[in-house]
Amino acid sequence: MANTSRKTAYLEGLRDGLPIGLGYFAVAFSLGIAARSAGLTALQGLVASLLCNASAGEYALFSLIGLRAGYLEIALVTLVTNARYLLMSCALSQRIDPHMKDFHRYLFGGLITDEFFGINISRPGWLEPVYYYGAITVATPLWAVGTALGILMGNWLPGRVVSALSVALYGMFLAIIIPPAKENRVVAGCVLLSFVLSAAFAFLPALAGVSAGTRVILLTLLIAGAAAALFPVRGEEAQP
Amino acid sequence: MKVWISILVAAAVSYLIRVLPLTLIRRPIRSVFLRSFLYYVPYVTLAVMTFPAIVQATDKLPAGIAALVVGTGVAWKKGSLITVAAACCAVVFLLELVL
Repeated sequence: MANTSRKTAYLEGLRDGLPIGLGYFAVAFSLGIAARSAGLTALQGLVASLLCNASAGEYALFSLIGLRAGYLEIALVTLVTNARYLLMSCALSQRIDPHMKDFHRYLFGGLITDEFFGINISRPGWLEPVYYYGAITVATPLWAVGTALGILMGNWLPGRVVSALSVALYGMFLAIIIPPAKENRVVAGCVLLSFVLSAAFAFLPALAGVSAGTRVILLTLLIAGAAAALFPVRGEEAQP
Repeated sequence: MKVWISILVAAAVSYLIRVLPLTLIRRPIRSVFLRSFLYYVPYVTLAVMTFPAIVQATDKLPAGIAALVVGTGVAWKKGSLITVAAACCAVVFLLELVL
């Protein structure tokens, strides 16, 4: 590949990464507020965000740290909350130029997120690592700094601003789960059943002893397993 | 120290999940059950994490319920991640001014 086209791809990555980074900053700030209430320092939040790069996964991590959960539970919940990246990684593996140097897989692969996956998979042809790195260059630091600032400044903000920001993450989750639920009845059923059973675990005295992390694992295995057995997805649809 | 180890555990698992398929799997997964299971997993996981947590996150319960309803509505209309998140924040902020 010529140097000019690599430079162009990198600049395009920077351009597409900026709006993603601004969104990351806002959500990371709300994540930082959650991390703060779990007792993390700004440095711990910064490092966690740089290394984990996952809204749902980090939110689960911070909740579990707050609950003094064990390492095995943390590993399992991280596995479950980030399981979609496994799918995205499978999908990206189909778009890799056989001549691409292998170290790229280890480098950008570690930074697969919903948004990076989205912008890369929607570009035609082989995946371009330099384009990916352009997006990472601008968006990932904003994600990490946003988390640290949320931890540092969460308590300087008025209570009602913190209360408002605390729902940002859940809004992002809704944006991921609702559109497919609209298109697919089985997904809609899964989402509804998840809401109902999750509420049952939260409010029924007999189930209230089950930790939030275990609840995620149990319900995921149960509901996604049942859906896969009863309503197997065939062909293109199963392609993430 | 326990916090740092927890972060490293999560980081290691997050990294392996992302990198292993990319480096090991050179062909698509064949098992229909496994493909279907992986297809449904993100929706169930995120739904369980969203509810009832979203209504418990705010200072006042009705604001949380409003965030859930408005967020679902905006997402239904195909709002982007950021639009939906901003709509949820805005409705909580405005409602808690008057509640």
